[in-house]
Order: sequence, then structure tokens, then C-alpha cells
Amino acid sequence: MSEFVPKVDGITKNKIEKTAGPWREAWNGFKKSKVAVAGMGIVLFFILLAGFGFLAEQGYLGQNIGLEGINDQKLSDRLLPPSSEYWFGTDDLGRDIFSRIVHGARISLWVGFFSVIGSVVVGSALGIVAGYYGRWVDTIISRVFDIMLAFPSILLAIAIVSVLGPNLQNALIAIAVINVPNFGRLIRSKVLSIKEDEYITAAKGIGMKDARILFSHILPNSMAPVIVQGTLAIATAILEAAALGFLGLGAQAPMPEWGKMLADSKSFLHSAPWTMIFPGIAIMLTVLGFNLMGDGLRDALDPKMKS
Amino acid sequence: MLSYIGKRLLQLIPVLLGMTFIVFMIIRAIPGNPAQIILGQQATKESVEALTIKLGLDNPWYVQYFKYLGDLFKGDLGESMRTRAPVTDEIWPYLAATFELALFAIVIAVIIGINAGIISAWFQNSWFDYTAMILALVGVSMPIFWLGLMGQWVFAVENPWLPTGGREEVRDPVNAITNLYVIDTIIQGRFDQLWQVFRHLILPGLALATIPMAIIARMTRSSMLEVMRSDYIRTARAKGQKMFWVVYKHALKNAIIPVLTIIGLQMGMLLGGAILTETIFAWPGVGRYIYDAIGFRDYPVIQSSILIVALFFVMINLLVDLLYSLIDPRIKYD
Amino acid sequence: MRKKKLGLLVLMLLLVLSTALAACGSDAGDGKKEEGKKEGTKTEDGKNVQDTLVFGRGGDSTSLDPSRVTEGESFKVTVNLYETLLNFGEQDTTITPGLATEWEPSEDGLTYTFKLREGVKFHDGTDFNADAVVKNFERWANGDAEKFPYYNSMFGGFKGDEGHVIESVTADGENTVLIKLTRSQAPFLKNIAMSMFAIASPTAFELGDDQFERKPVGTGPFQFVEWKPNETITIEKFDDYWDEGLPKLQKIIFRSIPDNSARLNALMAGDIELADGINPSDGKSIEDNEKLQLFERPSMNVGYLGLTVTRPPFDKKEVRQAINYAIDKQSIVDSFFEGRADVAKNPMPPSISGYNDDVEGYEYNPEKAKELLKSVGLEDGFEMELWAMPVPRPYMPDGKKVAEVIQKNLADIGITAKIVSHEWATYLELASKGDADAFMLGWTGDNGDADNFLYVLLDEDNIGSNNYTYYKNDELHDILIAAQTEVDEEKRNELYKKAQVIIHEDAPWVPLAHSTPLLGGAKNLSGFLPHPTGSDLLSKVEFK
Repeated sequence: MSEFVPKVDGITKNKIEKTAGPWREAWNGFKKSKVAVAGMGIVLFFILLAGFGFLAEQGYLGQNIGLEGINDQKLSDRLLPPSSEYWFGTDDLGRDIFSRIVHGARISLWVGFFSVIGSVVVGSALGIVAGYYGRWVDTIISRVFDIMLAFPSILLAIAIVSVLGPNLQNALIAIAVINVPNFGRLIRSKVLSIKEDEYITAAKGIGMKDARILFSHILPNSMAPVIVQGTLAIATAILEAAALGFLGLGAQAPMPEWGKMLADSKSFLHSAPWTMIFPGIAIMLTVLGFNLMGDGLRDALDPKMKS
Repeated sequence: MLSYIGKRLLQLIPVLLGMTFIVFMIIRAIPGNPAQIILGQQATKESVEALTIKLGLDNPWYVQYFKYLGDLFKGDLGESMRTRAPVTDEIWPYLAATFELALFAIVIAVIIGINAGIISAWFQNSWFDYTAMILALVGVSMPIFWLGLMGQWVFAVENPWLPTGGREEVRDPVNAITNLYVIDTIIQGRFDQLWQVFRHLILPGLALATIPMAIIARMTRSSMLEVMRSDYIRTARAKGQKMFWVVYKHALKNAIIPVLTIIGLQMGMLLGGAILTETIFAWPGVGRYIYDAIGFRDYPVIQSSILIVALFFVMINLLVDLLYSLIDPRIKYD
Repeated sequence: MRKKKLGLLVLMLLLVLSTALAACGSDAGDGKKEEGKKEGTKTEDGKNVQDTLVFGRGGDSTSLDPSRVTEGESFKVTVNLYETLLNFGEQDTTITPGLATEWEPSEDGLTYTFKLREGVKFHDGTDFNADAVVKNFERWANGDAEKFPYYNSMFGGFKGDEGHVIESVTADGENTVLIKLTRSQAPFLKNIAMSMFAIASPTAFELGDDQFERKPVGTGPFQFVEWKPNETITIEKFDDYWDEGLPKLQKIIFRSIPDNSARLNALMAGDIELADGINPSDGKSIEDNEKLQLFERPSMNVGYLGLTVTRPPFDKKEVRQAINYAIDKQSIVDSFFEGRADVAKNPMPPSISGYNDDVEGYEYNPEKAKELLKSVGLEDGFEMELWAMPVPRPYMPDGKKVAEVIQKNLADIGITAKIVSHEWATYLELASKGDADAFMLGWTGDNGDADNFLYVLLDEDNIGSNNYTYYKNDELHDILIAAQTEVDEEKRNELYKKAQVIIHEDAPWVPLAHSTPLLGGAKNLSGFLPHPTGSDLLSKVEFK
């Protein structure tokens, strides 16, 4: 948890540092929180790990660095405990858990990032339309959001994956769908509050087109809460993907998705606990990183927002 | 107040109606004929055809939908295709099981979460504050099924202190009256069984409590910090009131409202969303019931139970809203 | 500032104290629980005996009326509640006396005379006699395919249907029943012994089918006590059971624990004494555990890779044979069944009479596979979909991982296989429509008869149903139909052996393995004999 920035102070600070520009200022605020920076560090670490895994898979890093061939089965080396050869041990097919975790980073980040982008795009579009045009459009969209939010979200995701078929891409779509109303509502309320601002009324007065007002004024002004919410949503999305993977509804074999790795090895908890412990820790760290970063961003960008 | 409740309930109707339609369409979009699935791999074609007709699945979708709606208005939730039992009869034990677990989890989450939040705010920037808040973040960052399996392994298998799963000591079953076993054992005076029921609640309850606990702690902290800066808290302190009372009475009362919202939301979420915990701890809850029903394409069960869970969810939120005005008389509903 | 710190200290102390208290509390409770567990009921000489068995399994029953269901979890319970006219052997599917002590077919094989056991009572006190048997058969014969699916598939329909095998069931006095058939049916006695044709109390089912399946009444060694859906089914000793001294247990509790590893955890923690569906990979750790023992269920199944013969290039026999040569079955068995399976070469397991051991399985020979592909101009390989089943089944503990190995084997002969998986229900439906190029599936036998494998899985009559490969061979069809009515065991076996040669040559399948499903139990459990059909009679089980 970063230090709490009191509202009053925030406002005064705003006035003083106006020249620095809002993003710069946010960065300064963010930097002050050690925890947030640590979170960003963790996230960067996993992004690097993912990139590293990608390069290794493409063969750019030369052979024999121990990361190529995540799916190489060596049935003679099944369920070996961590050693200098296999840092995190091996799974039941004799695959190196360490390199599977490295490659799994790419999958988890991919799902987290793109599902949130999906929710943000769709949610923002719907939220803007609802907030800006109001009336029956707003009523319909808001009711649909209400309906979706009254669903237990994991059940909705399961149902969607059941319709589309279980694989990683469809899990990603399902996760994106269940998060749409969160962003939709956020943007809608933001739009409602901005809509009445003087400069928007002014823009309307000089005959500016709706689309232009939306894109050049309202959208940029709604960005801050979306970024904060988005960062936190990546964290949840990674967990949701892992849960779907655990139920066998996400990534399919032989993909080294972390949730699936957990599901695959849960029966080895007694004989080979490392098969369960390391992927679990990987998930936890990544999610923790995004959560820390999201917290820091919130304090820096939008002190009024609450969890 | 009453008119407010009435208005809120009225608003529910389109939401629930829309919900029946969405659920209906989604589950029918899932490939697979329920008759085939219920009868299984060994069934002959004639059996499958006969069952399809008997279940009315050969009718066009709108006929099926309006028949379902009609039954619903008559208070008929339908009949499970698989077990042939009415959903109304079947769902209660599952709901009760989930409700008991969710309530237990929420109570733990509230007790620990609120206190941790208060103490963190009280001693802001102390090591307790840092530890508690980091722990809270770690809590929301963990896959719950992982935590559950680990907990089961450590506290039930390696060190057999707690049962691995289930709701009761099966050798000495609880005589179900309300199906809320805590209540059932108390009214029957079976305190030995109550103890067993409690032991069965601990592991899944703790696993489920993690996330709400963390969220509540964080929320309480930030809400308390805001309140404690306000003038009247300063006044109370200036008057020489003990810090403990200032924090736990005055400040908490004013800080609790956003926390209540979160509690309501989390409780609602636990009702249908505890599938993984219910699976790992063999808890016969409603999340698992719906999940299995999706697997069997048991349309009436999926439709009706999702509707009921959603109804509970919105009712809890309504209840929370009403609680606001009870706690803070300044909030009025017209 | 000092005050602030003091407050914190007090609070921490409180926390620690309460934790400690809670810990103490649970310790005390534990002691109590241990005592309670060991206590059990006391026998006359005051000795403590353990007489309640908790049996953990993967799912709940759907019904306790066996004639109305097709799914195995239901039969696991009903086999202990009801009895059939004839029984299977303790660990095989030979015919032994059940509620009928003697039975005799007429010369033409069209009339069977059953002599019933005397002095048998249903749990509700109703007498078991010829009349009760007749009423049961009438109930089934007057049903329809939706209500009694197994009656439909085993006896060819219902009263008035053309294919209905049973012409009449009549009582001849108190204790004799005559069953007349319209045509001879070779596996008739085996069908009668299947647990779905259990004799139920007419008094009970005449009250209504729907309430009967929740309150079952049979003649079995145990009677029904309570059913908590998705949680437990409890049955207890029936004191008036005809077989003196049985059952040995006082009570059995079937407990649903859906997750395989959670079930193993429960077994290791002593929460359950018997666990079904143990992963082959856990077999060793159970054997090594001094408190547990491992049970092997005799194999009566086959796991296979089906090749849909209507989809090119699988319409070519050479391609199908090539795939048979390409797959390294032995290493699949070694790695995923932990050796607890036999490599399959025929579509039925060796334990079933009529098995043709002279058929020589396709050996692992990638070179030969490539040659065969070349002979039909496919030396450059092709792309295909390989369907892997999403759920563990007794005949295939981990379909997806086996698929990964097959994928690699196929890559070695130049075939690019893409692994496809659907949710189980969807999987079966799409596969039965012939949408898969190659799919993994399996079958567990119902009654231990060759017909139940070869005809059901590979005859043209069952295309669209259980013949997922759409394989069609007229010669085979004639043989299988002839075998259905051939009452002479020897001649019948010859027919089935011939059938297996044809199937082997046409290669619509890659038979993979006949697995040995595993169960785990407490060390002091004795008298438990897992039955190949998957439904275990527990009357002789006891704790030593």
C-alpha cells in the first residue's frame, strides 16, 4: 500500500506543479511510492521473462540455454525434484518446470493484457454511448450491464467457453466479456460528469460534431480511471484465466499455461509438491505485481478513486 | 422508505426478465443434446429420440422459452432433466450449503478484515500497517483453488487436524431440518455435531474468505483514514475521549458505509462463484450444482438456479443500501 | 507516541492469545474426534469394531432405480440394494445363482425356466416370489425407450415392438418363472444378470416411479437410509437378508468427492476408507503408504483411437493401417497407465470369451507406416485433427497427454496432427456425427459379452450411435448377427474370432490399451473384490 495522499494536499499540489503536465506529475507521484515501483519492477521482470522465452523459442539466443523445447518430453526424467539441472524440478512428462514457467509468463500476460484491452474497448464504447446519448440508449445499456453484473462472473465465463469451445483464445474472450460492464459503468459515470462541463457545452455551442467531442474531449479525460482500473483488471484476468485453465476450459495441452500446469499436477501434490508450488507462486507474483502497480497508479492519477 | 423498496423491486423485473432470456439463449447455444448426455454413451438412438421428445426439446426455441416463462410466473422452476426432481425441491440444500459457507467466510473476512483495516489506519505507516496491507495484496493475488489445495494438503493430510472436505462427519450425519447445519445442530442440541460442522467449515471458509478479507481490510483502511482526518473526530479527541473509543465508535460508524457495499458485493459473489472451492472441498454447494448442470446441459436447473442466485445477489445489494440509512440517518431514500 | 505503541502491543498480544486459544481448542477437539472414530458400535462381548465404510467416489447417483439409468455411479449403489435373478461371478462375468437358484433353457433356446430362492423378503416386508418377478418384467415391457433405456438396448424394444425379444414372462406356481423369447438370444442370461435388471419390490414401485427412485426397495444385503444429493448416500445392513452372516458391515456411506486429488487426500487423511478412480500415477504412493492398500479392478474395457472411415484419407485402409503401425502403444501404456494396462490388439479385452489371441497386433514400426503411406501416394504426409477427450475415464486416465504422444508419433511419419478438444458432452455428440478425423474414446463392457463390444461398437447397425467410426463391412455384419442367435458357445466364439480378424485387417481403430482401473483402501479393509463391471457388491467387506 502506498502512502495515502490526502485530497486537500493533492489539490494544492496540482496548482503548484501545473506546469509539469499531468502525466509527468502522475509519474512523480507514482515514483514516490516504493511499493508501487516494486510492483512495476515485478511486472517488468515478468514481461522480460516472457520476451526472453519468446526469443529462446525462436532460437535467437542460440541452442542449449535450457529454454528451448518446452514440450520436450523426457519420460526417464519424470517428477524429479529441483536440482541444478532442473531448477524447479520436472513434471510428470519429464518436462522442465522452470522453462515451462518462463514460457507460461507469455501466455498469462497475453491473456491478461488482451482480455483487458477487449473489455476496455467494448466497455468504453458502450459506456460513452450510454453516457453521452442518455435516454433509452442509456437505459438499455445500463440494464444489460446490471444483468451481467448479477451473474456470478465465473459461471458466465464457463457458459461462454462452453458455447465457443474450450481453448485459450475463447477463455480470453470470455474473460473480456465478463469485465465489460465494469469498464462500461466506469466510463459512463465519467462521461456523465464531464458532459455538463463548460468546455463541452462550449464545444457543442460552436457546432462541434458529436464524434469529435467524444474523441477529442471526453475520451482523453476519462483515461486516468481506465488505466488504473485496467491495471487492476489485468491482475484479475490472469487469475480468471488460471481458474478456467484449472477447470480444463482454458489453455489446452501442451501449452504451459500456469493454471493448467496446476491442474495437471494436482495429483502429484504428495509425491512432487514442486509441480504445484512453483506455478502457483508464479501466478501470485505476477498478479501481485499488477495489483501493486495499479494501487500506485490510482494514488498517483486519481486519488479520489477507491478500490 | 417503503416506496423506495417498491421502486427498487420494480426495477428488478426487467433485469431478471432480461436475465432469463440471456441465460436461455446462452445455454441453448452450447452444443450437445441433453437427452444424449443424460442417457450417456451406452444409450441407443431410440432412447435418445424418445427422451428428446419427452423433454420438449424438439419444439422451436421460442415455444420452449415462453413455456419456461409461463411456468416461472406460476412459480414452477421446472424439473431437472437428469434426476427428474423438481428444481424447487432440489436446489434448497445446495443453496443452504453455499449460504452457510459464504456466510462463514464473510464473517471471518469482516472480523479480521475490518479490524486489520482499522488498526492499519490507526497506526498508519507502522510495521503493522505495512505487513497487513502487503498481506492483503498477496491475498487478492492468489489463485484460491491453489490456496485451497495447499491448505488441504498441509492442514488435513500432512497434519490431520481438519477434515479434507464435506460438510459434516459422514459417520454421524446431521439430521437436516433447515439444511443450514449450524442451525440444525443447535436446535437439536447436538453441540458435538456443531463442533464437527464448524471444523468442516474452517478450511473452505478460510480459502473463500481470503479475497473478501483483503478487500475489506483495504477498504476499511482508506475509508477510516479519510474519516479520521475529519473535524469532528479531532474534536472528539480534543475532548479527551480515549483513542480506542474514538476509533471503534465514532470513526468506524462513519467509515463503514463503503465497506458495507463491498461486503454486500462479495457475499453475492460467493453465492454462485465458489465453484472451485466447492469442488476441492467436496462441498455440495450451488456453484458446483450449476457447473455440473452445465456439463449435463440440464437446462431447467441452469436457468432456474442462475436466476435464484442472481435474485439473491440483487436482494443482498438492496439490503445493503437499506442498511446505509439505518447506520447513517442522514441518508434518506425517497 | 508511547501510548500508540502500547496500544499496538496490546492488540498484538490479544491476537496471539486468541490464535493460541483457537489452537488449543482444536487440539482438544481432535482428541475427542479420534476417540469417537474408533468407538463404533460395541459387539456383545464389548469389543470395539469398525463397521462403517465410507466409500469416496467421483460423482453422485442420478437415480436409485437401476432400470431407469445408464450411468455407472448409480449402479455402484444399487448393486448393494437390489439383487438380480442371476449374478455375475465375484470378479468375472460368469453366471452364478442370484435370486434364482436354478435355471434351464429349453431345447430350442426359446424358453427359460428359473427356480426362485425361497424365504427372501424385500426390505419393506413384501415377499419375493414369482409374482414379483413377473410384475417387474411387466413394468419394463410396458415402458418406453426414454424410461428404461437399458431394457430397450438389451431386449430390443418393448411390448408390441418388432424387435422385442421377450415374448412373455409368466409365473408357474410360487417359485418358478418362465421367460419365453421370440427368438433365441445368446447373451440372454448375461443380460438378466446385469444390475439394471434388478428385481424391485412391486409394493414400492407401484406407488409411482418418480418417488420410487428416491426411496428404493430391493432384496439386497443393504437397505436404503438417506440420500443427501451430491454429498452422501447412506445404506445400512438389512437384518432379514436371506444369506446368513451377510452383510458384514453395519453401514456404508457413498460420498461424492468430484476432484480426484481431493479424494486421494481424503483417503490419506482417513476421512474415507475406500476411494474409487485413483490415478495410475498415484498407485505407487498408495502402495508405499503403510496405512493404505491398492486394489486393481479386473479389466473389461478398451481405450482406442477411432479413425472415421468416411473422412479422406481415412477411407483408405492403408492409411488406417499406417497409423496403427505408427503409434507406440507400449510406451503409452508404460508412461500413462504406469504399466497398469495391457497393450490392446483387438477391440475387446482378453478376459471375454471369444477373444482372438491369434490376431497379431500391429507392431510399432514407423518405417512400415511410411511405406504404406507411400503406397497410396501420401508419402508427404497430410494434416489431420486428432481429438483428445477432455475428461479422465477408467479406460483412459489422461486423454490429452496420450494425445500429445500420438501427435509426436504421427509427426515421425510426416503426418501433422492438430490436437482438438471439446467439452465431454460436445465431444461425444460431434464425434458421433462423424466430425472428427481421429478421436480417442473407449468402452467399458456392460455384461462381459463379446456382442457388447463388437456389435455395439463396430457394426453398421450402430452407426450414428456407438459406432463412431462409421465403419461398415457387410461380411462382418452377417457374422455378428449370426453370433447373436448362436446358442452354442463354441460356434459362437468361432464367429467372434473371425470377426476380430476382419476388424484387424480393416483397421477402423487403433486399439490402445485395456486398462486396470485402480482403487485405494484402508489397510485393514478385507473382503473387497472389485468387479470388472465397475459395480462392486460390498456384502463381504469388513474391517479386520
